Amino acid sequence: MKITPGAVVKGGTSLAYKTGGWRDEKPVQDLEVCNSCGTCKEVCPENCVKVIEDRYSIDYDYCKGCGLCAHECPVKAIQMIAEEK
Amino acid sequence: MVVRQQARDGDGLFVSGHRACHGCGMALAVRHILEATGKDVIVVTPTGCLETFTSPYGFSPWRVPWIHHLFENGPSVATGIAAALKMQNRQNVRVLVIGGDGGTFDIGFGALSGMFERGDDVLYVCVDNAAYMNTGGQRSGATPTFAATTTHPPGTLSKGKPELKKDLPRIMADHGAPYVATASVGYLRDLRKKVAKAMTFHGPRYIQVDTPCPSGWGFSSHLTLEVGRLGVNCGLVPIYEKEHGRLTSVRKIRKRVPVESYMKAQGRFRHLLSMADAKTEIERLQAIADSIVQEYGLLVQSEKRSA
Amino acid sequence: MRSVEVVEGSEAVALAVKACRPHVISAYPISPQTHIVEALARMVANGEVSAEYVCVESEFSAASVVSGASAAGSRSYTASSSQGLMLMTEVIYASAGMRLPFVITGVNRCISAPISIQIDHQDAISLRDSGMIQIFVESVQEAYDAHIAAFKIAEDPGIMLPVMVCMDGWILTHSYEPVYFTDQSAVDSFLPPFKPENFLDVDNPKTWGSYAEDDVLMEFRYSIHKAMQYAKGRIREIFHELSILTGRDHGGLIESYRTQDAEIILLAMGSVAGTVKEAVDMMRSKGKKVGLVKLRCFRPFPHEDIWEAIKGARVVGIMDANFSMGSEGAVGLDLKAKVCGRPSAPKVIDFIAGLGGKDLGMQSIEWIAQKAEEALYRDEPQIEPCWVNLNPAIVD
Repeated sequence: MKITPGAVVKGGTSLAYKTGGWRDEKPVQDLEVCNSCGTCKEVCPENCVKVIEDRYSIDYDYCKGCGLCAHECPVKAIQMIAEEK
Repeated sequence: MVVRQQARDGDGLFVSGHRACHGCGMALAVRHILEATGKDVIVVTPTGCLETFTSPYGFSPWRVPWIHHLFENGPSVATGIAAALKMQNRQNVRVLVIGGDGGTFDIGFGALSGMFERGDDVLYVCVDNAAYMNTGGQRSGATPTFAATTTHPPGTLSKGKPELKKDLPRIMADHGAPYVATASVGYLRDLRKKVAKAMTFHGPRYIQVDTPCPSGWGFSSHLTLEVGRLGVNCGLVPIYEKEHGRLTSVRKIRKRVPVESYMKAQGRFRHLLSMADAKTEIERLQAIADSIVQEYGLLVQSEKRSA
Repeated sequence: MRSVEVVEGSEAVALAVKACRPHVISAYPISPQTHIVEALARMVANGEVSAEYVCVESEFSAASVVSGASAAGSRSYTASSSQGLMLMTEVIYASAGMRLPFVITGVNRCISAPISIQIDHQDAISLRDSGMIQIFVESVQEAYDAHIAAFKIAEDPGIMLPVMVCMDGWILTHSYEPVYFTDQSAVDSFLPPFKPENFLDVDNPKTWGSYAEDDVLMEFRYSIHKAMQYAKGRIREIFHELSILTGRDHGGLIESYRTQDAEIILLAMGSVAGTVKEAVDMMRSKGKKVGLVKLRCFRPFPHEDIWEAIKGARVVGIMDANFSMGSEGAVGLDLKAKVCGRPSAPKVIDFIAGLGGKDLGMQSIEWIAQKAEEALYRDEPQIEPCWVNLNPAIVD
């Protein structure tokens, strides 16, 4: 693809870069415990917790495994599990 | 399969795929800042972590018009944009600078002061990780007292940076700005409220957001918000608002913690805890926190003081 | 309908800028450009110019303000000299790289140290590598006309680069000369509003200022080189179009003065070209076949046009009012690089003339032509530059 004039690029193009490969640990939700408070979505620096069909769902394509969602979850519904390579 | 597709589309104005470190306080802050401003903003970012992790050529998470020009000129580029918007009658579009402490406290300080002195209609948000983190953690004017950095490391003759952190919110308030506030990623709702409030003013506004840095400060990536809260609750990171130079609100500390708890949570103060002769420094840091608490009336039982 | 008035050079420039209807003007004072921004300030204060006029706290900000305004889609302008242009350097490189057009008046003045407010072109040549187009003018009239062309050049969709119109400080900015003005409606038809394809737009969010890796960075530089190459032809066209509109033809990328059968050609840029023309006439009256190539466009360097003008001559004396420390004059370096190796190329000699404001009268120019001629009788090339009017009594 040709370079753009002045290196100007469209916004939102970072979605093409899947940061999920950065993970050593993966957050896993226990839906029985989850009370849908939305804290996990609020604290995610990657903006990869989505509301899908009324539940908070982690997009593992982008999740870097920082652990903020697990640590901040008020009901401890998320556990960090070692990533299987 | 359908679920994956929806998740992949991304939402919000600051989307996934950026290259911030795990647990980056700055990335989190930016999400919330843009949530509060909405889409009708043009954002300028000076060189630094935020610029670097959001602009590898071809991969931008910014769903708002965004420009990185140089390190020293975030404020002046913003001034130019604001002037253009006025001439083009696009005044529903607002201008924001989101920049790190290096470009704000130090190299961009002259331009920042000039922008405030002129009264330009720009909201300047400093996402402060207290060092030149993009280049590996060198000392900046925002580095707190006794923090270790690579250009002022601890050693036999050094306990880390001996100077005080430049009190930039005070300086910007003293420019007569209509709105100046401090915030922390430890308290995201407060941050969003302050950004939204800042957007109701016109003229130059400044918000300084304490954005702990797992890589640079030396703590595990899941503790970013907790370290942020510790900074606030030990008194070193006061959370307040000033309008036209007068203190109008503070966030009270309900449960005060000693500065040592804040230090223990981070690698950049570890030397003070391990050095036998660092007692004076720890006491000094506590005294700094105490004076901040007193000046702003941060304890629940104390009265609110005006500046 | 044309009008003519005797005006100060700075005022003429301000009137040209006014006619181009900039949205944003940034201003920081430095001698000898200050009269330009002051004239514009008066016009803004009296409602004669409708623009956002920003008094900035440094030239770094002056250049940054016009860069931001340009990125937001507004025509913008500033002026500086010497130290101010130096301070703008980083900004200009970045804006050229991002293809943000704006116009700067570079009022040429010496660079510290020692500090001086005398005239030379060191400030301009120090920006020669930045990607900014540089036009040089000889007279106040030419300065007025060149500014109007400059906006059109900068904003051309195939160019989109900053353009600096260079004019000698004091000599042009503070001289009063008769200037013919171009009707506003004619300027408006020549220079339509600035409407870039890419601009900071909330309805189409884009990202400016990405960082690039080694797989693409050279290609970005190459694309600016291509834009500069394209600009040569386009600048010629724009100057020509303006000359038809105004009835005043200052030339293309160069102006050739009595070069047709010249054996000795002097090459100069800026206001000294006027004196050189007089000297050429005088030397011609004495039978010497001398001519002048006046360089109007320094960047992109129009070596093709220069070659056409000089190829028949025996020697070219370049008058460089600048010096790249450790080497020689900038125009000398540029021309020698392009001429060297061409069959039957004239001998090329670089003269450091007028550096630091050293006065260059008719006698000095005659001396230069004389020295150039003498070089013809020596076999070896003249490698080292020749310093004009250097005072040996005060320097070893």
